[in-house]
Amino acid sequence: MSAIGPKSGTADGPEPALRAEPVLRMEAVRKTYGGTVVLRDIALEVPAHTVTALIGASGSGKSTLLRCANLLEDVDDGAILLDGQDITDPRTDVDEVRRRIGVVFQAYNLFPHMTVLDNITLAPRRVHKEPREQAEGRARELLERLGLADRAHEYPDRLSGGQQQRVALLRAVATRPRLLLLDEITAALDPELVGEVLAVVRDLKEEGMTMVIATHEMAFAREVADQVCFLDGGIVLERGTPAEVFGAPSRQRTQEFLRRITEAGRL
Amino acid sequence: MTVRDGQERGGEDVAPPPFPPAGPGPAGPGPAGGKGGDDGYRPSARRIARERYRRTRTRRAFAVASASTLLTAGALYALIVNSPGWQRTRQTFFDAHYARISLHPILHGLWLNLRLLAVCGAIVLVAGLLMALLRTLRGPVFFPVRALATAYVDFFRGLPLIICILLCVFGIPALRLTGVTNNPVLLGAFALCLTYTAYVAEVFRAGIESVHPSQRAAARSLGLSNAQAMRYVVLPQAVRRVVPPLLNDLVSLQKDTGLVSIGGAVDAVYAAQIIASRDFNYTPYVIAGLIFVAITIPMTRFTDWVAARMNRRQSQGGAV
Ligand SMILES: Nc1ncnc2c1ncn2[C@@H]1O[C@H](COP(=O)(O)OP(=O)(O)O)[C@@H](O)[C@H]1O
Ligand SMILES: [Mg+2]
Repeated sequence: MSAIGPKSGTADGPEPALRAEPVLRMEAVRKTYGGTVVLRDIALEVPAHTVTALIGASGSGKSTLLRCANLLEDVDDGAILLDGQDITDPRTDVDEVRRRIGVVFQAYNLFPHMTVLDNITLAPRRVHKEPREQAEGRARELLERLGLADRAHEYPDRLSGGQQQRVALLRAVATRPRLLLLDEITAALDPELVGEVLAVVRDLKEEGMTMVIATHEMAFAREVADQVCFLDGGIVLERGTPAEVFGAPSRQRTQEFLRRITEAGRL
Repeated sequence: MTVRDGQERGGEDVAPPPFPPAGPGPAGPGPAGGKGGDDGYRPSARRIARERYRRTRTRRAFAVASASTLLTAGALYALIVNSPGWQRTRQTFFDAHYARISLHPILHGLWLNLRLLAVCGAIVLVAGLLMALLRTLRGPVFFPVRALATAYVDFFRGLPLIICILLCVFGIPALRLTGVTNNPVLLGAFALCLTYTAYVAEVFRAGIESVHPSQRAAARSLGLSNAQAMRYVVLPQAVRRVVPPLLNDLVSLQKDTGLVSIGGAVDAVYAAQIIASRDFNYTPYVIAGLIFVAITIPMTRFTDWVAARMNRRQSQGGAV
């Protein structure tokens, strides 16, 4: 049934022993740029089939955290574990780790010289060596579900922003990653296009995809997240269920942030 | 899946129809009547008046351009023909007899230029791309490779082509290496390749660097290796962007094939020179020059056409 969701079977089968192991775990992660500390003593656990929302002001380190998790950046200290494997170990095969993680950025980053179909099938074909027919069949099926089937042979610049971002989501999940990282994927969109993109994320959650989402859409975070982390100045200042963080924030900084956001009409 | 129809409609509504029926260009095919929509549209008097005005303006612009061109041409002609040395110049540079007798040897020599263009052009494109790729290699192991490639490009981009040819054609045989040719055509071609590979490598490198880093990051996060990201994502975009400057270099290479004549190879230029120095008439040079221009023009037009076509097919970097 799950065409989008993670590979069913071995890795996330219902073995209780594996269940206990979170898909992503960060331990005392520290990251600096030059002299500036951007992430400080970050601890985070993302259990399988759950959604973690990262909220926080601009510059609080959300993107950096996601980039570290995907090994686009090296951490200075601490460890990041993917399915129990320390991926910050310098001996890690970076490419292999990235194959298990899907990423969607704020600016769509579709490949402008490839059609929608080629964008989606690039990694399945070249990285996972799927035969062309198989990869394209699945890509078409995914496009069909999002009502984008007639766009399969368009180039990205002929699509609306919302359509581009939905294609970027499909491209990220086409390889059935273990973990999906989304970095403010609706921030560059016109307000009326945000809904169609978030709907796809909602579907992914229903299908059991494990996700970490940096977002400014508080209402969405509240609805879809199992866990909310409030980042402030590079530390996880508050962490809990949406009800805890949004309903009864314990820290004053969190309260201030939420009030500012509310005043801006985003909650 | 819960993406429902209502949801999709949202996206569909925002997306523009595949193509709006042409632009509102002033050169449009006149009042379009009710075409392109059965909404009973009739062009208003205002639109008809505007279009009439535009047509008059276009006609007037054309008339002015023609008159001014004719006037300029006439003035230039008068200036040249009435200059004191014109009679003498015409005999030395524009003599029909010498034009006729030189045409065949020049065309014969031109065949060599065209073959040089084809062979050197192919070698230069491949070697230039390779050189550019060598310069993008990361990691300490590749330091010597990077350094050598950089030194090569710096040196041969600065070395005047004519000196490069002289050194190759006369210097290499002087070394008396066994197994190395003394053929001036091959040595000249080698010199052309050396110089043009350096130019072309720089063009490719500029193209590679013009692809936004986020494209590489996106490719890498999909699990593509460095080499795969280069091959499938960066290079295709880079090459598309540099096609016009590359063709430009090929046009330039085409006329520089004439320089192999300094080593004694009988190409179009040398064929002209033989006649010119025998009969003290420079008409063959003019003919050879015109022929070079004549075969360069189609290539230049082709360059423009390719560039325009690529811009139409997809505006680059729209999604970056
Ligand atoms: N490549 C970089 N070099 C230097 N500083 C950076 C770099 N990337 C991010 N930063 C800094 O790190 C901090 C966190 O940035 P970021 O993770 O992008 O925050 P967010 O995504 O929450 O807006 C900011 O102060 C930013 O200026
Ligand atoms: Mg950010």
